[in-house]
Amino acid sequence: MRYLPLTPEDRSAMLGAVGVPSIDALFADVPDAARLDGPVNLPRRATELEVERALSALASRNLSASAAPFFVGAGAYKHHVPATVDHLIQRSEFLTSYTPYQPEISQGTLQTLFEFQTQVALLTGTDVANASMYDGSTACAEAVLMACRVTKRQRAVLSGNLHPHYAEATRTLAKYMDIEIEAAAPVAGGLDALDAAIKDDVACLVVQNPDVFGQVHDLRPLAQAAHAKGVLLIAVFTEVVSLGLIESPGAMGADIVVGEGQSLGVGLQFGGPYVGLFACREDRNFIRNLPGRLAGETVDADGRRGFVLTLSTREQHIRRDKATSNICTNSGLMALAFTIHMTLLGEKGLRTLARLNHERACELADRLAALPGVQVLNSAFFNEITVRLPKPAAGVVEELAAKGILAGVPASRLFPGAGLDDLLILAATETNTHADLDALEAGLKEVL
Amino acid sequence: MTMNTQGRPSRPLHAHDAGAYQDTFSGSRGLDQAEPLIFERGRVDVTGVDFPETTGAPLRIGGLERTAEIGLPGLAEPETMRHYVRLSRKNYAIDLGLYPLGSCTMKHNPRLNEKMARLPGFGDIHPLQPQSTVQGALALIGELARWLMVLTNTPCVAMSPKAGAHGELCGMMAIRAALDARGETGRRRVLVPESAHGTNPATAVQCGFFCDEIPADATGRVDMTAFKAKLGPDVAAIMLTNPNTCGLFERDIKEIADLIHEAGGYFYCDGANFNAIVGRVRPGDLGIDAMHINLHKTFSTPHGGGGPGSGPTVFSDALAPFAPVPYVKRDGEGWVLVEHEADAQADGGQPFGRMVAFHGNMGMFTRALSYMMSHGSDGLRQAAEDAVLNANYILARLKHVMTPAFDGTCMHEALFDDRFLKGTGVTTLDFAKAMIDEGYHPMTMYFPLVVHGAMLIEPTETESKASLDRFCDTLEGLALAAQGGDAQRFTTAPRHAPAKRLDETRAARSPVLRWSPPAHTPQAAE
Repeated sequence: MRYLPLTPEDRSAMLGAVGVPSIDALFADVPDAARLDGPVNLPRRATELEVERALSALASRNLSASAAPFFVGAGAYKHHVPATVDHLIQRSEFLTSYTPYQPEISQGTLQTLFEFQTQVALLTGTDVANASMYDGSTACAEAVLMACRVTKRQRAVLSGNLHPHYAEATRTLAKYMDIEIEAAAPVAGGLDALDAAIKDDVACLVVQNPDVFGQVHDLRPLAQAAHAKGVLLIAVFTEVVSLGLIESPGAMGADIVVGEGQSLGVGLQFGGPYVGLFACREDRNFIRNLPGRLAGETVDADGRRGFVLTLSTREQHIRRDKATSNICTNSGLMALAFTIHMTLLGEKGLRTLARLNHERACELADRLAALPGVQVLNSAFFNEITVRLPKPAAGVVEELAAKGILAGVPASRLFPGAGLDDLLILAATETNTHADLDALEAGLKEVL
Repeated sequence: MTMNTQGRPSRPLHAHDAGAYQDTFSGSRGLDQAEPLIFERGRVDVTGVDFPETTGAPLRIGGLERTAEIGLPGLAEPETMRHYVRLSRKNYAIDLGLYPLGSCTMKHNPRLNEKMARLPGFGDIHPLQPQSTVQGALALIGELARWLMVLTNTPCVAMSPKAGAHGELCGMMAIRAALDARGETGRRRVLVPESAHGTNPATAVQCGFFCDEIPADATGRVDMTAFKAKLGPDVAAIMLTNPNTCGLFERDIKEIADLIHEAGGYFYCDGANFNAIVGRVRPGDLGIDAMHINLHKTFSTPHGGGGPGSGPTVFSDALAPFAPVPYVKRDGEGWVLVEHEADAQADGGQPFGRMVAFHGNMGMFTRALSYMMSHGSDGLRQAAEDAVLNANYILARLKHVMTPAFDGTCMHEALFDDRFLKGTGVTTLDFAKAMIDEGYHPMTMYFPLVVHGAMLIEPTETESKASLDRFCDTLEGLALAAQGGDAQRFTTAPRHAPAKRLDETRAARSPVLRWSPPAHTPQAAE
């Protein structure tokens, strides 16, 4: 087997050194009833070529985003990732290293995490960010738990326009921790009325911006209303590129900002691995309650600057049942991809990228609005919009897929049974060409 | 900058560069390149990406334009490349040498798996595309699920957990849901051996349980007398790692399973060490109810400097109905993805919820399946055997100069304590740091907690005998040096790493968690 360096001669010499007659002796503690005498019923070893053939055959049964006019968003977005990013994250020293527990030989990972944390804090308009979470949805769920610890309140209010997967992940994590979750029905193109739900027993208000329907909101009035009752505002984003054009959630008053970083560096990957961004304002109580890893600056024995994982007394490997979260492994390599892409872009590139996305979406909105029976519901948007079609969107999406066009996400897939069957959520990014828009327009004309 | 009598700067020109050396003008030494932060190197008006012209059309973002400078520096592409390549060279890696971190399973990461995950049909598909356009991806998830169920002899697997700890949460939530379905509101105590990973108690608490520690016996395994004494009508479950964190197989595991079931509780198995037994033992045959599988350990998806991982969780018949959404299932010739709780209920399930957006870490699924197909059932079994043989070889070669924590053979990792350092003035930490000077990543230190000054060595099956011999020669040399009175070699280590020992106390006492612009004080004296 090509990954196993021991030869039969090595094995017998080593068994001799260990002082046992056979390998079975080393498994002597296994109960007899559970001992397998031979391999399980699965295929035998395969050559590299055989594996490549088999998996390529499976891959070829999928319609990849780059092979179609593509408008699917709703929490994951297709962006162009510079070739440099994928090359660098495949450097052995990044790809095949572990969590940087030994800082003297992990300064590469630690410095990039420190840079990542700073970029995330700047982007979100907050003071401090952690070294990443699994993805945006788990970051959202952990933010609610953190808000409950910080405020010592056990109630959270979720906007109905929060991505339903985020809401469900939050409900699941809160389910057995005696945290009550309240959420209103979604309002496409608007925002559910949240003011009435802001009461002084509520830990946090969770609002996504742009929301799951693509609508952009001014968070300032919500922040004010929340803060008046001692409620924390958690701002969520699923499209991090929007922060290059829209006022930052921190500047609009959010106390904790969480979101998905997949748009930068990571790619679509059928939903994962992605990278959760988690940031908050500087406050001792907040920082003590942060989940996940934190890289911090220090000096070495020679006085030279260096970085370490720090404040680990919050974490499971030290605090065990008193930890702020059970998270251990996070999304280190995806955080690296994010930070490399962000460094390539810089502020100038990010702002241009954001503008290109918005301009493509404006063109998309105008083209769709001109189609008979199609209504664009957003008054303000970034790169994603929701339209009302004259018939159920799920069927339309299937018909267009059969024509090789990936037209977006029917709202009914995210909110089944919510009466949103005619709504279609579409995203446009810098990757969409005029030809893509032509194809979508022509396709819709045929099927509507 | 002040000059000394030789006309040399008295500190390097670029003293702020991370790790800059004091004795060169550049702050670098040969291949060891000092590198500042991007915030000290880049500029907000520089970009390394070319874009088409924007049209400048009016914005439709509700008047919420971000106008103030964000402060994000950019670098041109060559500068970006150099920044990260320089930083990468300050990391240890499996591809560089033996990485014996016990419990973490740092084995070779085949590049075929990277190539497979990047096929456009897997890497460039959206999780919410119509299911008709991703049948190959759903089939891959289904096929990986099948391999995992066969290897564990279990009837169900939840694929969405994003890492080991997330899989633990998945398993324990299913246990909580099953107890709730039985109307058992009084079962909240979870038995956790004191040698357990910290994630176990942290997870139990997140499911509304509290933990009760079981001590280890003199052989490093669950103390059966103590365990039996703790069973009762308030016990929800036991969380047990097998092989355990001392690198030992829990011989009484079937009796533990039977007893916990008789007492009305469930058996959560922490599968972090499944790599030691894969292909030789099926955990389903041991009586487990739930177990997560770290694809990034057993099935070699890269650790990436701290993730991503992937933690599919298998369930027994008793817990299968409570598995979370989403999941894939066969539908005639094709596959469907069941995404909503209502659909799962229509299927006869009672899912405890959804753990995450979308369907799990597909990128890791592709890599893991590629790894498993490459090994096949015979190769996986051989890998487990070689992992166990390699660990025992290290144990046998070093037991004369170091002190094994327990008698007898081990499974995939060899555990030593610090008795062999007694009176030398050298601690486990010092010993570990001296390994860095020898070109090795240290072993896991001070874990498990049940052993004083623990050193947990996991070589994995991808080390050759020659590599193990070099490693053992080195550790033997170090142990003899410590015992011979050369404490200074250890207390000043590492001397040959990109950084000397870092001041962790300072980092925690006055946390600096991000870069901030230097204060604008004039530096006239410079």
